[in-house]
Formats: sequence, structure tokens, C-alpha cells
Amino acid sequence: MSLLDVNDLAIHFGGVKAVDGVSFSVDEGEVFAIIGPNGAGKSTIFNLISRVYQPTRGTIRFDGQNITGFKAHDIAGLGIARTFQNIELFDHSTVLDNLLMGRHTHRATNFVQDILFLPKVRREEREHRRRVEQVIEFLELEAYRKKMIAGLPYGVRKVVEIGRALAIGPKLILLDEPASGLSVEETRDVAFWIEDMRRDMGLTVLMVEHDMSLVNQVSDRVLAVANGQPLAMGTPAEVQAHPDVMAAYLGTGAAA
Amino acid sequence: MRVVFKTSYDKDIDLHEHGQSRAKIAVLLAVMVALPFFVGNYYLAEAANTLIWALAGMGLMVAVGHTGQVSLGHAAFLAIGAYANAALMNAGLPFLLTFPIAGIITGLFGAIIAVPAVRMSGIYLAIATLAVFVIVEELVILLEPITGGVGGIMAPSITIFGISFDRYASLENFYWLCLAVVAIVTWGYANLMRSPTGRSFLAVRDSEVSARALGINVTRTRALAFGLSSGVTGLAGALMGHYIGFFNYELFSIFISINLLLVVTIGGLGFIQGAFLGAILITAVPQAISIARDNLVGIGIDLSGIPGLDTMIFSLILIGFIIYEPTGLYGRWLKIRTWFEIFPLARKDMFRRQKSYLKTERMK
Amino acid sequence: MELLQLVIGGLANGCIYGLVALGFVMIYKSSEGVNFAQGDMMMLGAFIALGFGNTDQMGLPFGLAVMCAMVLMFGISWGVERVVVRQIFGQPQFALVILTIALGFVFRFVAGSIWGYTPLVLETPFAGQNLRGGGIVISLADLVTIGVTLVLTVALWAFFAFTKIGLAAQAASQNQMAAYIVGVPVMRVNSLIWGLSGAVATVAGVLYATRGAIDPNIGLLGIKAFAAAVIGGLGSLPGALLGGLIIGVIEPVAGRYAPGELAKMSPYIIMLIVLVTRPGGLFSQIQMKKV
Repeated sequence: MSLLDVNDLAIHFGGVKAVDGVSFSVDEGEVFAIIGPNGAGKSTIFNLISRVYQPTRGTIRFDGQNITGFKAHDIAGLGIARTFQNIELFDHSTVLDNLLMGRHTHRATNFVQDILFLPKVRREEREHRRRVEQVIEFLELEAYRKKMIAGLPYGVRKVVEIGRALAIGPKLILLDEPASGLSVEETRDVAFWIEDMRRDMGLTVLMVEHDMSLVNQVSDRVLAVANGQPLAMGTPAEVQAHPDVMAAYLGTGAAA
Repeated sequence: MRVVFKTSYDKDIDLHEHGQSRAKIAVLLAVMVALPFFVGNYYLAEAANTLIWALAGMGLMVAVGHTGQVSLGHAAFLAIGAYANAALMNAGLPFLLTFPIAGIITGLFGAIIAVPAVRMSGIYLAIATLAVFVIVEELVILLEPITGGVGGIMAPSITIFGISFDRYASLENFYWLCLAVVAIVTWGYANLMRSPTGRSFLAVRDSEVSARALGINVTRTRALAFGLSSGVTGLAGALMGHYIGFFNYELFSIFISINLLLVVTIGGLGFIQGAFLGAILITAVPQAISIARDNLVGIGIDLSGIPGLDTMIFSLILIGFIIYEPTGLYGRWLKIRTWFEIFPLARKDMFRRQKSYLKTERMK
Repeated sequence: MELLQLVIGGLANGCIYGLVALGFVMIYKSSEGVNFAQGDMMMLGAFIALGFGNTDQMGLPFGLAVMCAMVLMFGISWGVERVVVRQIFGQPQFALVILTIALGFVFRFVAGSIWGYTPLVLETPFAGQNLRGGGIVISLADLVTIGVTLVLTVALWAFFAFTKIGLAAQAASQNQMAAYIVGVPVMRVNSLIWGLSGAVATVAGVLYATRGAIDPNIGLLGIKAFAAAVIGGLGSLPGALLGGLIIGVIEPVAGRYAPGELAKMSPYIIMLIVLVTRPGGLFSQIQMKKV
């Protein structure tokens, strides 16, 4: 059964058709990658799913529910987590606090209870911390727990952002270029983590990625887009062999 | 350097990392409680004034330091709190009731104006709050039956369960009242910052887009933060009204707003302690200036003929802090403490700030 | 007829708001900082012109006095940028807001110490001269104000749109580091823009002084001018002038037909309405961040 259904999605900024008629569905437990040249509209698709942008036309269904009209802050509660291409962490907080912020959708107390710090708040806090520690252990972030984000190297921040998305406890995780700017070793770690997310946590992964070796290694199916339009969909090998995809990447001469 | 070995999540959740820091707060509180027995009325009144400023500073800190909403109009909330409290007391309600109601009225007012302001940020929000301040100031004059208009209004004497807490008749009691309010608010504030609500404030401050992606309703969070901020400031306003006794709209001038901003920036943005340090500075400097002035007269220099000298000195202090210690007094204290903790290993470059470059804030 | 009279007076007033607002916008355009001392710079400029021009002071001819004041204010503002503002280079916007508020107090103190706090009148050649026609009286000072403002706005707009320095300044406001790398002397450009805004503030101050007495607290007018700049959208020079004109006209008209307190609130109410409906002002430059 498909977890995420995107049907005929389109968004136009003025005259620019950033995404134009993209449809795909992601099955539960699948790793699905979207590839394409720069400016193809990959991140825009992510922003449409996470409701940063309002589509010009088309629908997005998650778990059978039409979420096209939802607000951006309603998405996490459904179980959709995301990371950002250019890292959007809370720079002036510690790694631990960043991850705890990821638990926001699970909060069961209101601000009055928080101010009084009732026993219930403490119980909830313990549970949040227990869950966050699992994420810290999974991503091996122990050494950075109390470090400010602002002072961390790029690679670690990237991992913290994945951690923050995992702390939400999602069903679907959207990874926007998880390997960009990472070293070969770090990219290999990301590949293992994606495997584990699927196998051990039962997550469905939708990612945008340029690194084809990572895409080949982890993804079940791939969607190639160019100029906002879908080119091909299938297994990584099928998509890479598709003439339109080769044309989009290498120019029309190569396809002939 | 102290290494705390944590054996349970509770250790991390607790307000204090270790017993010593808890003991320090207890000692500080005990000294504050015992203060009326050591100092005369003049300094006790100054201490009460400092507490009221610290309370107002904490109010502004929630907005500026923890949610990133700069307000140039917080004097308006002081005014609303003061007038609401005085008016309700004049209507015959007891202080125990009017005081929290004044806070709630101010808080609701703040939350309501925060909702349309939610799309504004940075400089635009600051100027919008300034506009709100001007409007409130004029409204105070217009609503003469409640506020006494230009003439002003008298804050009635406080009596709780038959005991007088009047600012003049029983200053000790009034001081203890201020201390109790400040202690309770500080405790609540500290609790807030270790709970999901406080974290959502920080999230909204640092990145709205990812706060939304985590399921945080930015509009509601900002309105809540601004409401709490103005509510606490309203409480401070109510106490300030009693402290001054007879007041009109001129008490809550734009300079009070700026002084409040000074309290939080000089104290240290983003630290509750900063509000206290800032408040101490802002109440102590005029004292120091007048003492210095008296002494200078003794050696033949008369500065009393120069008006505006106080503001000038404040401004210079402020400029100095912005340039040399943007993290404020509390930030400086943290550095000094670290220096001692790791003595003699501290190096000069440890606290050097990384050079940063301004990027456009027109993107949001 | 009465309304028309009010509008003309309001336009002239609005021009002064607009001129101070231009100063805000210039600095905003070049460093995305907001100079809250702009109103006080206007005040200081007016006093310096008075110091050069009035017969009981240095007694220079009016035109020469204004020129000297502009040059001196250029120097002062340039120096303030070099010595003070530059120190907080790279700190967030908020720091500059606080810093310039404090600077404003310093300017006020300086002016108060030199010229005192009792209102003074600047001697101008066009004092008390009026033009009449069709039942409307226009003072020469109003006409000069409107004319000078229009010329200055166009000149500044051309400066930012066409000159190398103007473009460099705009580049620096978008991304200082990138501007550095492509060879923009960011610091020097900033100083220059501050100097220019000081000169513009002087013009505004002199025009203000042609319409009445001045004292060190007239700098508070900066708040209203700031409202004007915000209505226009902070980044737009014609927008600043338009915002100034809107406020300038609304004020006397509201004062005529509404209670006094409401009239005082009117500029701010308008600004709030603009901000709520268009959070970036009428000529907004805020864009969604790409994620």
C-alpha cells in the first residue's frame, strides 16, 4: 500500500513552472529517491509536500488523507519529518535541545503546566529524553550532546538534522540532499543509517540526492525530474539507462 | 573545572546541576529576605525599585532574548499593568485579586497585538511595537475616567489580610511583596525554559521554517511568548505604580522602553540572570552619578548645571557594551568564571569571537 | 479650500519626514542597518547650520552656512561610522538599533550642551514670505522644502541606481562577504553612505528650521520619519518620500477633523495598517527564504 501519493503536482512562480505535473507514490517501507539536474524542482517538491509552498494544482495524499490544504505546522504531527538542503538547525541551542525540539509534536502539557513544572511535565520530559537518547545512540552523537550547534563542523550538523527529524518519530522522512558536502566516509555512514532506518525503524524514506552512488546503494525506486517535469521512474539502473535522463544530464547529443 | 556525572535524566531536568549552585541561590534569597534588617529606608526603596526593574526586564527578556521579538514599546505594557491595577483597586477590589488580573489583562493585550504582528520580524516588529506604544500613550490620555488623563492617578495603598503593604507606611512589607513576586516569576521563568514551551520559543527565534517543520505553530508560539512577556511586564507596571504612588502617562515614556531594552542587552540577552544584572546596573548608575557629583562639588567641580548628563553616561555605557561585550554582563561573568575554573589553562584567544559577516535579513 | 490649504502644508511637512526617512533608507540600503539616530542627526545638522549662520553666532551668509553645516555633518557622520558603528560590523541588526539609539542621546546631549535647551530660531532668507493665489496661501519656505526634497530624492535614487558606489552599496547590504570577494570596499562604502546621510539630514534639519524654532528634542521627529520609511518599505527611496508625504498630509487633516489624541496616533495607526497588510511596507523587498 502506498504511504504517500503525489498526483499531478504543479507550482508556478509567476511564469516559471518550477514543478509541472509530477506524480509518484511511495510505498510503505520503501526508499524512494528523486534525482535531477540543478533547478529541476526537486527541493520544490519537498517544499510542496511539507507545505512550505501552496501548489498551483494537484493533490498530495499521505496515509490515505488529502494533506494538500494542511498548514506547514500540521505536517509533523502526521508523521512526516524533513531535513533541509542548507541545514536549518537552531544555532544557539545545544544538540540535545535541538533533538528535544524535535519531540514537540508529542508534548502533552500546556504552558501553564510547564511554568509550574508539574510532576506530569517531569514525567513527559523523562520520556522525551529517553527517546532522544535512542536517536543520539543511533547516530553516535554522544560526544556532542551538550555542544552548541553554532560551533559544530558541517558534517556533524548534517547528522544532527537527521537526528532531529528522527526525534519526531515519523513514518515518512524526507531527506533533502543528505550527502551534500559530506566526505566519502560520512556519506557511507549516511547510507548505513538510511538502511537501518528502513530495516530497524520501519521508516519510509523519500530523498533528494545528487550522489548517484548513494542513490544506487540505498534506493528501491528512483524518479528523475528535469525542468519541473518527470522524466522516468523505476529502479536506479533503469532510470540511469533511460535516454531522456541521459539527455537531461549530458545534453541531447549524448542521447542520440 | 567541575565535571558532573549524571546518573539519571532527572539530573539533567533539574534546575540546578549540582548542590552548590542550589545552595548559592538559597543563600542569595536568604540575604535578600533579611535585607530590611540591614539597610535603611532609602536603600531598601532602591532595592525594591531594582526588583521591579528586574521583573520588567524578565518580561522583556522572554520576548527579546528568548523568542527574538525586539520590542521598543514595552513601556506601554508597564502602563497598562499600572493603570489596570490601580483602576481595579479604586473600584474596590483587593490587591490579591487586582494584581494577577492586571497581569492577565496586559498579557491578553500583548497576545492580541502579537497575532497581526506575527508576519513582521526584526526591525519591522520593533517599529510596530513603538507605534503601539505611542497609541497606548494617547489612549491613556483619552480614557480619562479610568486613568485620570493628563492629571494622573493615585495607586491606592495595598492591604492584604489586614496587613499593610503600603510603599511608604510599611516599606519592609512592600519590599518583601516585590521580592516574593520576583522570586515566583523567576522560578516560573526557569521552569518554562526547561520545558517544551520554552524550547518552542527558542526554536521560533532561531529558525521559523524548521520550527514549522517540527510541528510548532509559529503564530501561536509568538503570541504566547509576547503575551507572557507583556503579562510579566504588566505585573512590574502594577508594582511600579505603587512604588511611585501618584503617576500619570509621563511615567511610562519612550525612555522607559529604551531603559528596559538596556536592562536586557547590558544584562545579557538570553539569560534570566541578565535581567537581574541589568536591573542592578540601571538603578545603581544614577546613584553612583549623584554620589560622584556630590563628591566633585566638594573639590570644586559643579556638574549639576549640566542637564541630561545621566542619560549621556547611560548611553556611553550602552555603546561600550554593544561594542566590547555584546553578550552583556552575564556573558562577561561566564567568561570570568571559566577563567577561574580552568586556571591556569585559560588563554586569551579562548573567548575571541569569530568574525561574522552580515547577510541580508530581507529573506525570511 | 481649507482642505487644500491643509494638504499643501502637510505636503511640505511630509517632505521633511521624507527627507529624514531618506537617510534611514540610504543606510538600510547599504548595510541593512537602521540608524535610529537619524532624527538626532537632523537636529544636530540644523543646530550646526544655525551656529554658522545666525548673526549672534558666526554670522555667515545663509547659503554658505548651510554648505558648511552639510560638510561638517558629513564629516561627523562619516567619523561616527569609522569610530563607532564599524566596531559592531557583522553583529545582528538589533545591535545597531540599540547603538544608534544611544548615539542619538549623545547627539542630543552635545547639542544641548552647546546651544542649550531653549528653542532657537534659524535666520533664513525666506522667513515670513508668502505666495497667494486663489484663496490659498503658500509660504516660500514650504515651496523651497518641496522643491529641494524632490531634487534630492531624484538625485539619491540616481546615485543608487546608476553610480558604481551606489550599486556597490546595495551589493554590500545583500551579502557583505560576497561583496568583499568581488572587490567592493565594504567598509569605505559604508562610511561614505553614513556621511551622505548626515548631509541629507542637515538639509532636512535646515528645512525644518525654516518652519519654526528648534531645540535638541526635535530629533524625536525621527520616530515619525521612521514610520514614513517603514510605510514605504525601508529599502525604497521613492517609497520613503511617499510614506513621508502620506504621514505629513494625514496629520493636519486628522487634526482638523478628529480629536487631538487621535490625530497624534494617526501616523502610527496608518503604519500599523500598512505593516499588518504588507509586512514589508508598500514597496516590500522581503522575499521568502529558499529552503
